[in-house]
Amino acid sequence: MLAAWLVYLILRPALTWVFTQAEWQVIVTNFRLFMRGQYPDEAVWRLWVGIYFLALVMGMSWGVWGQAARTFAALFGAAALLFVLLPFSLNARLNWVGVLITLVAAMLLARNRAALKPWVILGWVILLPLTIVLTAGAAWLPFLSPVAPRLWGGLLLTLMLTIIGNTLALPLGILLALGRRSSLPAIKSFCIGYIELWRGVPLVTVLFMAQIMLPLFLPAEIRVDPVVRVIIGLTLFEAAYQAENVRGGLQAMPRGQFEAAYALGLNGVLTMLFIILPQALRLVIPALLNSFISLFKDTTLVAIVGLFDLLLIGKTTLAQPDFLGKYREVYAFLFVVYWAFSMMFSYASQRLEKTLGVGTR
Amino acid sequence: MKRNAYITMGALTAVALVLVACGGAATVEVEVTRVVEVTSAAPAATSQVQVQVQVVTPGERMQTIKDRGNLICGVHGTFQGFGYVEADGSYTGFDVEFCKAWAAAIFGDATKVEYRSLTAKERFTALQTGEVDVLSRNSTWTLTRDVDLALTFGPTTFYDGQAMMVRKDLPATEETTLKDLEGANICVQTGTTTELNLTDQMKAAGAEYTPVVFEDNDAAFAAYDEGRCDAITSDRSQLATLRVAKMKNPDDHVILSVVMSKEPLAPAVLQGDDRLADVVHWTVYGMIQAEELGITSQNVDSFLTSADPVVKRLLGVEGEMGAKLGLSNDFIYQVIKQVGNYGEAYDRNLGPDTPYQLARGQNDLWTNGGLMYAPPIR
Repeated sequence: MLAAWLVYLILRPALTWVFTQAEWQVIVTNFRLFMRGQYPDEAVWRLWVGIYFLALVMGMSWGVWGQAARTFAALFGAAALLFVLLPFSLNARLNWVGVLITLVAAMLLARNRAALKPWVILGWVILLPLTIVLTAGAAWLPFLSPVAPRLWGGLLLTLMLTIIGNTLALPLGILLALGRRSSLPAIKSFCIGYIELWRGVPLVTVLFMAQIMLPLFLPAEIRVDPVVRVIIGLTLFEAAYQAENVRGGLQAMPRGQFEAAYALGLNGVLTMLFIILPQALRLVIPALLNSFISLFKDTTLVAIVGLFDLLLIGKTTLAQPDFLGKYREVYAFLFVVYWAFSMMFSYASQRLEKTLGVGTR
Repeated sequence: MKRNAYITMGALTAVALVLVACGGAATVEVEVTRVVEVTSAAPAATSQVQVQVQVVTPGERMQTIKDRGNLICGVHGTFQGFGYVEADGSYTGFDVEFCKAWAAAIFGDATKVEYRSLTAKERFTALQTGEVDVLSRNSTWTLTRDVDLALTFGPTTFYDGQAMMVRKDLPATEETTLKDLEGANICVQTGTTTELNLTDQMKAAGAEYTPVVFEDNDAAFAAYDEGRCDAITSDRSQLATLRVAKMKNPDDHVILSVVMSKEPLAPAVLQGDDRLADVVHWTVYGMIQAEELGITSQNVDSFLTSADPVVKRLLGVEGEMGAKLGLSNDFIYQVIKQVGNYGEAYDRNLGPDTPYQLARGQNDLWTNGGLMYAPPIR
């Protein structure tokens, strides 16, 4: 009772400010900038295709697996519904209605059709490559003229850095973790050296190296896009941490698992691939997703090398003559966005653990 | 055993990676040599330069820019009035105007610019590594930067300088002198030249004061706004823009006309990119000259028929001024038509119609008592 009263005391001025005093025009006007930075208008339909595809795959997962995927789909649907209701452009709202319809239609279509499972899994596998191809485009693709990654910004850049960085870092991390447990001294020392080197430098240093030193190492004709350079830096950095997470899982595997696999006649590679790694990775899901969320928040550091992630977009809107001094509105908005995404990832991690029974069996 | 074979494969990959890395290291030396060569291009006649090193010719960078089809301009990404991103995703600001002007001069199209937002720490390195062709990011022109960093600074586009902002109810007006601030508490960022300047200038004025120091400028502004000091000192451009951005009541404060230090803000290119430096210079001079002649983006077409030889040469109606720079003869016409003259660029971003209402002061034309003076284009 007392606690509730205290919370009320603290929240009241905050809520009063949010609903009566704050001038949210800075967010409404710059919403496009916050979402995708300088990503060109004529290519936005590609981002929508990516979102529709996500809705499709998510809806089908809901239909096929029911319980396990339902919460994610519901969360996604709730977010879409929220976007429909918020005062964005008519075009965007209609698109979100379309996304909602796609989600529900895919669910109904796939309900109780177990035969679709491999297709849904394929859908999840190609989701990221497809999104990257759609977003970046390429000169040889019809309708997809290239959009330089340096034009990606805002939430788009933040999410791309997080998801691409983590997705590439995990396989690299697994290899490093295996290498570190290898009995061959050359591999072992290389992996230990790599992991300890990268864990021994701050991310800021890595980003500065990627932005400032890398061009010195490369011939003058080769110009690597700054965003690509940062992704490479983030991946190499994150791989060292993921390697240690995975190693924890490997060390937790009882010796009996190896011996049983050998007794069945499996060789080293097969034992690793089919017996040890699946169990080890399942064990460290909390740690892996912890790193994921941590990288999501660490992406704000790219602002110091001049990339327009969500945070730097916030700062640049504050430099617009119309919105000088709207610090509280901008930072409150950024707080909500970062918090919502971190909560979503964290919740997803909890569901995943529950589904896979981590810690209970 | 097979497991070992698998691991050996991994080892080979690792070794290959290391080798690749070493290959990269070898390239480093080559590249560093090239950079050193660029920096020592001027005294090359006296020093023994290794033969295999390629000497950068003055027009090389210019050719690269033309082949590429756009100019890469390093700017500030989040500085009100000077360089920031508008809601539609376009770069805007006083420094950005010059990027547009150079693009208009080189390509006849002010939109052919690729902007790169740079932080203070990486701005000069970005220039040295060739990340950007030209830097237009409120950087002070100093001897150390010019020589040690091997840069060529362009003409000053904005004469900044340390200034003092005080509360009007002190009482104070623009004409208040430092001597009048006797006994005041003055907010200042610590560990900067700003703090040293304050000490020197107040000593020279013979006024006692109490410094209130802060680690960063934001904190200093906040403290001043809360009334913890009577005055705050920083660069004039900072004071003028942050006054509007941060103060609860901007009109309660006045920036004194006294100038406490010289901070000429100028664009820069890498030393050795001489042709590009020429273009950077003469484009800005053209904009200043146009203002002096009263030529604006609105009326520039009516000047094409002017009988004045100065106007004719400026707009490329007569003479081969552009061709001498490797540009089209009407390059300044394009700049004025698409971007405007110096005064227009100033007014659009800092002038009376903006929230900052920054007076021209030293940035006015020499004919109006300012420092903006263009060498003759002939």
